[in-house]
Amino acid sequence: MNPWKHYGFWLSFLLIFLSGLVVLVLRQDTLRETAFTVLMFIGLASSLNIIMGYTGYVNFGHIIFFGLGGYFGFYLLSELGWPVYLAALGGGLLSAVIAYIIGAAVLRLRGAYFALATIGVNEAARSFVSNFEPFGGSTGLYVNFSAYDRYGGAAQALWFTFILLWLVVLAVIVASYLVKSSRFGLGLTAIREDEDTAMVMGVKAPQDKTKAFLISAFFPGLIGTLYFFKNGNVEPEDAFRFQMSLEILVMVMLGGKGLLLGPIVGAFAYERLRGYLITSPVFKDLHLALSGLILLLIVLFVPGGVAGWFRERFPQFRRWLE
Amino acid sequence: MILQVQEVSKRFGGLQALQDVSFEIAEGEILGLIGPNGSGKTTLFNVINGVYPPTQGQVVFRGEKITGLPSYEVARRGLARAHQVVRPLNDLTVRENVMVGACFGRERHSLGRAAPIADQALAQVGLTDRADQLAVTLNVAQKKRLEMARALAAQPYLLLLDEVLAGLNPLEIAGMMETVRQIRDQGYTILMIEHVMQAIMSISDRLIVLDYGQLIASGTPAEVAANPQVIEAYLGAPEMTARLLAD
Repeated sequence: MNPWKHYGFWLSFLLIFLSGLVVLVLRQDTLRETAFTVLMFIGLASSLNIIMGYTGYVNFGHIIFFGLGGYFGFYLLSELGWPVYLAALGGGLLSAVIAYIIGAAVLRLRGAYFALATIGVNEAARSFVSNFEPFGGSTGLYVNFSAYDRYGGAAQALWFTFILLWLVVLAVIVASYLVKSSRFGLGLTAIREDEDTAMVMGVKAPQDKTKAFLISAFFPGLIGTLYFFKNGNVEPEDAFRFQMSLEILVMVMLGGKGLLLGPIVGAFAYERLRGYLITSPVFKDLHLALSGLILLLIVLFVPGGVAGWFRERFPQFRRWLE
Repeated sequence: MILQVQEVSKRFGGLQALQDVSFEIAEGEILGLIGPNGSGKTTLFNVINGVYPPTQGQVVFRGEKITGLPSYEVARRGLARAHQVVRPLNDLTVRENVMVGACFGRERHSLGRAAPIADQALAQVGLTDRADQLAVTLNVAQKKRLEMARALAAQPYLLLLDEVLAGLNPLEIAGMMETVRQIRDQGYTILMIEHVMQAIMSISDRLIVLDYGQLIASGTPAEVAANPQVIEAYLGAPEMTARLLAD
């Protein structure tokens, strides 16, 4: 097959690639910070999409992979002196292992029961880390400033971290696309539509959804490490914000679940909207209420999200919106 | 023997759904499974293809014990099923639905190889012109055909058909019967549940009859129709008895 035919993939990939490139060329610190946040949410939302959009398991605890993986990666780089890229990889791998363990328990549940269980897991992870001394308990960990020397000072380290994040998000897009366009992905979609029928047709649902959960959890671990490294510290309140889990979920729904472009559009739109709301004097305390309202409106009126709506409304663009 | 069911029992709490059911299917045979409502036919299918394990007894498929294996393992060994209550994967196209069968059935084809097999199966059941529609848009008769196509695309050794004629009008029944005959002529081994009596009488090589979870008769359609126990089992439905007797 000719890879250039995969319009939907190239649209998403080039969108991320070019925006990152623009930031690197302009070299403005504020632009980099904004882009970092947007890219981070695109990566988190796209990885959530693998388990939620493709496989149909609504995960309210996606942020624990960001938190636990990020904590572990941060521990590796601040306490053990690992370079940030290896530490991030370690964080991602830990998140995948944790997903495997959690998945063995909660992926047996379906629908609302699964969703509820993932909320519980989020709270459990926060309490665990708050009381885990090697991770600094409730005060968390701080990076030793000398850790930045390796990258030529703090300013350089921030740019380096941005580039790493950019590459990770590109990897999420590639991974999402590979999953979606494979036989494995067809099996996941079958599970989403009717798990029992999928199994009768030969789809190894328990194994396949565990794999999807692993892949979905790996990337937040990477992203978490990079985010905390950029901040210079990590603490439980910052790592396990349940609110953030909800917001990522809203992003996936807003953009269009199950579509490659969906989480990208959703994360970008939501993040810009939130940026406006929390700085506006009228809405600054209401931004969560508003995201709840957005979620409600989407579920009621546009269940396919922005990209899904476009896909339905303009069938001629279907192949751009895979 | 392609399938041997040996003294299978299934109990749900206080309900004995199946009791000591034993039978065999030879390769290339069409075996009809009949019985009044609630007699355990679909439960028997569920036990055979691993939806639930039997409480007692063994299921042997092509010489291998498959008792208690999960349904996807059974499917991969070459046993495909069309459901009584149609269960299309709604948000997938008709072709993608059938490709799931080809990708995860006996041969476990790659996506590229599954597409032509799916198209072939769709042609066989007469759904070619619906291939790119979403499955949710099909009507009941078409969904039944989709169930068949999915099962066929798995290229199974044994096909379990659960009431593929139920809910169809007489014209659709005739068309579906023709399709089943064509499939039989290709040499598939079929175990089918059916309530439309003329249909199953005319198409089956042999029949087995379930009543209250027990096998009460087996034999050629003529033998079974003349069996007093079978007539008694169906007495609750007088027209059915009349039809059986008339055959």
